[in-house]
Amino acid sequence: MSEIVDILISASFWAAVIRIASPLILATMGELICERAGVLNLGIEGIMVIGAFTGWMAVYQGMPLWGGVAVAMAAGMLFGLLHSVLTVPFGLSQHVVGLGVTLLATASASFAYRLMLPQVTSPPKITPFQPLYIPGLSDLPWLGAALSQTALTWFAFAVAGLVAFTLYRTPLGLAVRAVGENPAAVEAQGLSVTGLRMGAVIVGSGLMAVGGAFLTLSAFSSFFFEMVNGRGWICIALVVFGAWKPGKAVLGAILFAAFDALQIRLQQTALGAVLPYQLFLALPFLLSILALILMSRRAEVPAALMVPYNKGER
Amino acid sequence: MSLMKSLAGAVSAVALLSGVAAAEPAIIFDLGGKFDKSFNEAAFNGAERWAKETGGTYKELEMQDEAQREQALRRLAEAGANPVVMTGFAFGDVLNKVAPDFPNTKFAIIDMVVEQPNVKSVVFNEHEGSYLVGMMAGLATKTGTVGFIGGMDIPLIRKFGCGYAQGVLAANPNAKVVLNMTGTTPAAWNDPVKGAELAKGQKAQGADVIYAAAGGTGVGVLQAAADEGILSIGVDSNQNYLHPGKVLTSMLKRVDNAVYEAFKEGENLTPGINVMGLANDGVGYAMDENNASLVTPEMQAAVDAAAEKIKSGELVVHDYMSDNTCPAASF
Repeated sequence: MSEIVDILISASFWAAVIRIASPLILATMGELICERAGVLNLGIEGIMVIGAFTGWMAVYQGMPLWGGVAVAMAAGMLFGLLHSVLTVPFGLSQHVVGLGVTLLATASASFAYRLMLPQVTSPPKITPFQPLYIPGLSDLPWLGAALSQTALTWFAFAVAGLVAFTLYRTPLGLAVRAVGENPAAVEAQGLSVTGLRMGAVIVGSGLMAVGGAFLTLSAFSSFFFEMVNGRGWICIALVVFGAWKPGKAVLGAILFAAFDALQIRLQQTALGAVLPYQLFLALPFLLSILALILMSRRAEVPAALMVPYNKGER
Repeated sequence: MSLMKSLAGAVSAVALLSGVAAAEPAIIFDLGGKFDKSFNEAAFNGAERWAKETGGTYKELEMQDEAQREQALRRLAEAGANPVVMTGFAFGDVLNKVAPDFPNTKFAIIDMVVEQPNVKSVVFNEHEGSYLVGMMAGLATKTGTVGFIGGMDIPLIRKFGCGYAQGVLAANPNAKVVLNMTGTTPAAWNDPVKGAELAKGQKAQGADVIYAAAGGTGVGVLQAAADEGILSIGVDSNQNYLHPGKVLTSMLKRVDNAVYEAFKEGENLTPGINVMGLANDGVGYAMDENNASLVTPEMQAAVDAAAEKIKSGELVVHDYMSDNTCPAASF
């Protein structure tokens, strides 16, 4: 037991938690915006792959790191546009379109990678974001080590704050939330349901792509085809876990990351010799499901989620 | 229309001619892709070496998902490729099913034994090579703790880890070996981000040399180790160059030689089981200018002495896959 306490009070553990949570926070915010506007975006996994690929490729071709982030965001928005055109004005099944976008985005990334780097045997690497030195903060004994994070991590938390502020404190946010609850009422106000929903999906997809780019620009320095590895699906669960609220969703991401970081370290302790490590591997997912059950009992699902809106229909 | 016809005719004539001249060999890369800097890339290098030396051409196929395995194999055999070489244990079941349907085609599988009259199975004594790099880790560690990070948890990867742990303890009986597996699905081969987290976690436990046998995930391990200022050990291909002066050595598994040999034998491929160990240069460890400053002459002498003993049979490294147990580590 003391081993677990040792892990929980170590700064390196919390540094890992924040690192693992960052891409999840970005993509979860993206999904949250889409769903608050009434559109389930299952393209998230593929859009993260596109973000990871385009962001990395832009930097590899000589762009600055933030340029890579911008390129990833733009590429994500492009796939968001595709998703939103099919789901909002055309009103097609959001499940089918989402999975289609994921397949298309994943395949496009593989194809483009091979097309641009057909015969590369030396590892294409970039210099990723380095941990930021913040005068004062970085010199603190425990906190300094735990908060030794890259600029993109700080960006992720800033985005979460911005999303929360926009959704709850601005007229635009009110309109986005309303369009996910009662689109007819929004239409009656003279606002465009189609425009709001499409905008939400496009912006949300951009954030998902930045979440993917975090993997290649901050967490690692190369692009691998399957590196997103289900993180997008986890974000879908995190939105439900967070009851469609940005703050709770961030907490959920941190909780999931904590279990993941704990899992890695528990495998290496004496406890790992007693219990099969597969249990630890499954731990983050098991606990997420448990938390999901507990949390979602009180959850307020956007009333118009997955309901296409047809103008003038009652 | 007639132009189209004659074009089509010309194409098929060329196809027929090339079919008669000599069957092309083919290679199928396992999930992970041919540029994984590791296992598949070694296979690719072997095929390229053959192509350069003979001026021949070969067909290649990269798997994108699990469902393509059988299809890929049949497609290549139907297209007349001979021999068809595949990398990875995961082809075992499929090949067992497909090989009897193409009695005139020769197949070679790496890392798995498939007993069919037209199949050559190439397996490696990874435990012997891992033992040697384990000794090196045991001699190089300053903290007395070393790490092992495996990809997907399969007996083959435990064989790497078990040989490594035996080598560590042989060189440094008081050392502690920290073991991690990345996961239990094929995705565990391709998650460098997770690999980096695992390496950082092991460093937090005190490890200062980490051996990665995890395909693409291992590239993340090597990266994180270099960032954190500790040493790592590469696998399959020579990965010393990835981070010069920071990769202690690499456990070489000469998949390139296996592919090269199979291509060279061509249609006359000898079926049966071919074990490649230390004695026939199937495994080993990598020394080059990138790690020369890390390996002292004493370390190298100790490791080479052990290698001689293993070759002569005086020293037997326990093979995890022989009885699914490991005397030096618990998984």
